[in-house]
Amino acid sequence: MTQTNRLSSGGRVNRAKTVKFTFDGKTYEGFEGDTLSSALLANNVHLVGRSFKYHRPRGVLTAGSEEPNAIVQLGEGNRTEPNCRTPMVELYDGLKATAQNCWPSVNFDIGGINNKLSRFFPAGFYYKTFMWPKGMWEKYEHVIRASAGMGNAPSENDPDTYATKHVHCDVLVAGGGVSGLAAALTAGRTGARVILAEEHAEFGGQLLSDADATIDGKPAMEWVEATLAELRSMEEVTILPRTTVTAYYDHNFLSALERVTDHLGHGNGGDLPRQRFWQIRAKQVVLAQGAIERPMLFGDNDRPGVMLASAVRTYINRFGVLPGKNVVVFTNNDSAYATAIDAHKAGAKVTIVDIRENPAGAWVEKAKALSIQIHTNMAVIGTTGYRKVTGVDIMPLTADGKGVTGQSQRIDADIVAMSSGWNPMISLFSQGRGKLRYDEKLTSFVPDHCQWANISVGAGNGEFTLEGCLSQGLAAGSKAAQDAGFGDGVVPPTPAAPEDAQGDMRILWYIPSDRPLGRGRKHFHEFQNDSTVADIHLAEREGFVSVEHLKRYTTTGMGTDQGKTSNVNAIAIMSQIRDVKIPMVGTTTFRPPYTPLTFGAAAGHAVGELFLQKRKTAMHPTHEEMGAVYEDVGDWKRPRYFPKDGEDMHAAVQRECKQVRETVGMMDASTLGKIDIQGPDAAEFLNMIYTNAWLKLGVGKARYGLMCNEHGMVFDDGVTTRLGENHFHMTTTTGGAGRVANWLEEWLQTEWPEMKVYCTSVTEQWAVSSLNGPKSRELLAELTDIDLDPENFKFMEMREGHVAGVPARVYRISFTGEIAYEINVPHRYGKHVWDALIEAGKKYDLVLYGTESMHVLRAEKGFIIAGQDTDGSVTPMDLDMSWIVGKNKPDFLGRRSFARSDTSRPGRKQLVGILTEDPNVVLPEGAHVVETVKDRPPMDMLGHISSSYMSPNVGRSIAMGLIKDGFNRKGQTLSVPLMDGSVHKVTITDPIFFDKEGERTRG
Amino acid sequence: MIMKKYSIFSLLRNSMSYHENWQKNWRSPDPKSEYDVIIVGGGGHGLATAYYLAKECGITNVAVIEKGWIGGGNTGRNTTIVRSNYLWDESAAIYEHAMKLWEGLSQELNYNVMFSQRGLLHLAHNVHDLQEIGRRGNAIHFNGIDSEFLTPAQVKEMVPLINLNCRYPVLGALLQRRGGNARHDAVAWGYARAADAMGVDIIQNCEVTGFNIENGVVKGVETTRGSIKGKKVGVVTAGHSGVMAEMAGFRLPIESFPLQAMVSEPLKPCINTVIMSGAVHVYISQSDKGELVVGAGSDNFVSYSQRGSFDMIDHIISPMVELFPFTSRLRMMRQWGGIVDVTIDRSPIVSKTPVENLYFNCGWGTGGFKCTPGSGHVFAHSLANGEMHPIAQPFSMNRFNTGALIDEGAAAAVAH
Repeated sequence: MTQTNRLSSGGRVNRAKTVKFTFDGKTYEGFEGDTLSSALLANNVHLVGRSFKYHRPRGVLTAGSEEPNAIVQLGEGNRTEPNCRTPMVELYDGLKATAQNCWPSVNFDIGGINNKLSRFFPAGFYYKTFMWPKGMWEKYEHVIRASAGMGNAPSENDPDTYATKHVHCDVLVAGGGVSGLAAALTAGRTGARVILAEEHAEFGGQLLSDADATIDGKPAMEWVEATLAELRSMEEVTILPRTTVTAYYDHNFLSALERVTDHLGHGNGGDLPRQRFWQIRAKQVVLAQGAIERPMLFGDNDRPGVMLASAVRTYINRFGVLPGKNVVVFTNNDSAYATAIDAHKAGAKVTIVDIRENPAGAWVEKAKALSIQIHTNMAVIGTTGYRKVTGVDIMPLTADGKGVTGQSQRIDADIVAMSSGWNPMISLFSQGRGKLRYDEKLTSFVPDHCQWANISVGAGNGEFTLEGCLSQGLAAGSKAAQDAGFGDGVVPPTPAAPEDAQGDMRILWYIPSDRPLGRGRKHFHEFQNDSTVADIHLAEREGFVSVEHLKRYTTTGMGTDQGKTSNVNAIAIMSQIRDVKIPMVGTTTFRPPYTPLTFGAAAGHAVGELFLQKRKTAMHPTHEEMGAVYEDVGDWKRPRYFPKDGEDMHAAVQRECKQVRETVGMMDASTLGKIDIQGPDAAEFLNMIYTNAWLKLGVGKARYGLMCNEHGMVFDDGVTTRLGENHFHMTTTTGGAGRVANWLEEWLQTEWPEMKVYCTSVTEQWAVSSLNGPKSRELLAELTDIDLDPENFKFMEMREGHVAGVPARVYRISFTGEIAYEINVPHRYGKHVWDALIEAGKKYDLVLYGTESMHVLRAEKGFIIAGQDTDGSVTPMDLDMSWIVGKNKPDFLGRRSFARSDTSRPGRKQLVGILTEDPNVVLPEGAHVVETVKDRPPMDMLGHISSSYMSPNVGRSIAMGLIKDGFNRKGQTLSVPLMDGSVHKVTITDPIFFDKEGERTRG
Repeated sequence: MIMKKYSIFSLLRNSMSYHENWQKNWRSPDPKSEYDVIIVGGGGHGLATAYYLAKECGITNVAVIEKGWIGGGNTGRNTTIVRSNYLWDESAAIYEHAMKLWEGLSQELNYNVMFSQRGLLHLAHNVHDLQEIGRRGNAIHFNGIDSEFLTPAQVKEMVPLINLNCRYPVLGALLQRRGGNARHDAVAWGYARAADAMGVDIIQNCEVTGFNIENGVVKGVETTRGSIKGKKVGVVTAGHSGVMAEMAGFRLPIESFPLQAMVSEPLKPCINTVIMSGAVHVYISQSDKGELVVGAGSDNFVSYSQRGSFDMIDHIISPMVELFPFTSRLRMMRQWGGIVDVTIDRSPIVSKTPVENLYFNCGWGTGGFKCTPGSGHVFAHSLANGEMHPIAQPFSMNRFNTGALIDEGAAAAVAH
């Protein structure tokens, strides 16, 4: 028979729609509107998982996101999802769930042996052992890791999509219970932009579990429906069910996770994202998260069937499920009497065990009127059963409540509904750095004050009456809206919501047992990580007395539930042991997120193709046609080489390099960083940024510059051209473009704010075709109206005109040592000009080349690449470029550092050429040069090879490197040992290997 | 107090007495009026310093003064990565010194710090990365430290769930097999317990509010529990080193940034090594409990608040999902922040100061945990001898005057 625990009527499930699901391979039925928890309980399935450490059987404890026990693996294959809390999983047809942390099954789990051995595994046992024999830890660890962990990660890619949303609002209401609804209502009525987020599928909070509550003389849920209807009619109000506000950061920045389609079942979301991640900047926040019931810490309080009293009530009233027939309610307060009464009405045999000596008042009278047996001043000292609770043993408490006395008595029970009071959910408030106050009456922490604009209301603020929640909510919404600039702050009258008053509770943080603590029975305060009251005593005994040490030593609160049910109990126990007041023990810092946050949702759209845009130049389509092979440089896709007829990179590069120097080659130089610099102080600014002099550069002239950081170390280079008196065009390395732009702005904004200079990145505005080679002038002449006569258009000059019919700036600058022109045209003309040059270049034997050939060609000339031949520890002098350091300039970045003793000492690492003894050997870049080769490391290194290529134009391998005292070593023979054991002899040389006099460039 | 040894036998024996006879890991003494050495800061580095002072230098009249609870700062907030694969000789020397101490640390302290040499990969995603790991890999090798290059296929073999063809395809990797993780809390506790057993006073909840300096010589510290005399004072207060230096009357070239990290929910083993990626900007490993431990760069703005902006977490998660698509359906369980003291060359300061007998050990930036034993060891010897240990000498404050910087950040451009 299915759904044996389903009541014949009641609950908010849709009994007309049966839903089939499987748990651990067995098929069950539930109803639409069920959660996985309620459906399992309806089918009398209590054993849902195994605990982390002792592999003890565990069942559903709660009806909310605080669930520490009932955690399952959901789905299969690429949609499998570990560690799902069953009360938060809405049931859908075909749902498949599997128990976690057990093998071969949850019923018979080999790991259960850990429970038998548990006396050897107290908190922190692993710090004391597994140390012998030395070096064995990794072997122990292998076994420990396999038995730890919880669910299984998927091994396939996630097929679902996620969305992110960034919004501003006037009032964010976190929590859609009665106080949250009331706050949203009054705020919404002012016209303020309100977001109301509720974790569950339905709004109403505790009212969903309370069949008797009334507001204004009508069932309370009618008020909820009416309120929701009014909120839905408001244009500026966004209502988000299934949305958990996950974090509260500085300046009222909050995040929320909306589970958009999870409840429809895997793969049934259609075009909608699976989840949506909200990042919200709220002027005002109303925190209405409610409260969570505390478990009682009695012996073996973790058996499946032991549940929070409020959860039992929720399953009865909200889902029409009576989880068991014999219900023992174990309580220290009146709130659990409601559970007892509802369970009784639902047909269960109910017994109340109350630790209070003389409980009295309306609730007690109501229970008595129903003939529910009440054992007062009694403790549950232990439970029976293993995979399911079968009974409880109770004994009278001693007067001080620290022990038990007299006869024990056994009561049959298949459900133990426990309540030790309530903890307001102050997580978000605390994340927002709100200060907490310990409330002696509630015996819990409540919000005190916070630097950010928020108001805590309802149970989350320690207010547990329905009228109080309504009243606080209505007032908070009104005030929050007013503070955000809406409405007049007037609060509507609170509707009547009469309830029976509750009596005082009796606090016994630890329920004594017939045996001494730690001997035989386990009093779990933290279920997921199997942390017991005895563990807290052990921690104290060993010196871990602060709450932070306690947490770390016992792992309490470190589980997926973040200690929602355990935190206050643990602190209270420690305060008792230390005999100090609870606030003295302190609270741990609540860390985001409130409930675990899906990584995919936080990543949102920024995955795969959209992770980071692939930047492509205007000429990219032609590169594709030409069969370019690319390399990633920064975010750019740059052609690395253009292979022909199955060439490998080496063959292609040798061909390209040779041909550039023979005829003409063309490279796409669009990716170089370009910064437009304007303003009356532009020249002076450059004079400070670069090491060389810029004030006297003529208009239309270009100059090469090195940039140093404050330490005098080279960090970028490039050619900058004066376009007008107060107007420059700077180029940077491709990878350094962003860094340089930030660098310029940082100096302008923070150090030299008096300078009138304006920098604009124009990297993407210009497409650059770079022509290099002896025939570049002839080729360009075919397509331009610019006078290319070398007498009129000299090296390091710029001319404006037309190329291929479009306006162009042509810079005569060269990174190859050939006659070269960099043709800059607006981005939209880039492909047109590039294609025209290819067409016109046919008769000049034009070759396209990529970055790899560019590297070889510049190395032949000894030109550096900043970032490859420099590494943040290299001065211009180390590069033998003293000529570029302005001797007469009063100041520039890096200047003072050049005078420092280490920066100016002789023998620093210096850039030199390196030639192998065997001209066919190309040394790997990164190889190190030594004076004396030893049999094995360590050996003293002189420096490393920074650039190394086979050069077709020099006719041998060439290399550059940074070598200690390199300038004085020219001519020396040194060795390069490689990691494979081979050693190559090298000679230190000048780094210019081709056309030393530079005649070709100026030709 | 005689420290009772931990062993499998002591564990069994104590199990018989229901674990009721374990002793305190450390005492809670009141401060004495005078110590030979006062260590300010009860994090891993400070506790290690105290331990080696007592163990190797014979100086047991030592106090470790901690404002909060030991190990509560960066020691308990980092991503627990241990490696010694640094480029520059000076860095390689100190981190390898630490690595060798790590390798026997559990036995030395009689406390299982769970040092797990599960291997550490630096991924290369572009030609520049390949050049960088090529150079560093060679430098490490010829400094006598283990270093291997892996092909993408070999990376895949070690890390089956990695997406080699991500936005920046994995082109290779540098592997240090001796690298890995350790249990961060255990390091602090283990050093504290062993130091305490040799007579070191660990004084918690005691904030240093000033230094007593006479004629340029430090004579002790002022604390919230009164003044304490000290012949020498070592300051090891990551996150607040600049504040401490100001109290002593000088400035440090340090900026303090929030550095954030996060863990996923616990999972069965799925990542068995430590993986670091500069270009995709994330590092990840899996704790013994099963959580994926994830970090990246520090926040962009200076702060003393032990938390950063969500923006940074956002910028860790996308790269992680890109490099490890299987994490998309997993969940972040917890995120937190610490404050890191960053020097201008991203290398630490282990140094004498303008105040005689006052020493500073700070500026470890985002990578101090891995050097805990090495830092403590050389700092202890420096304090004991009055001269900086040879391995510590390059990390003198004076390098900012001479320009002899050890710029790992600029050279490697990787998370440090």
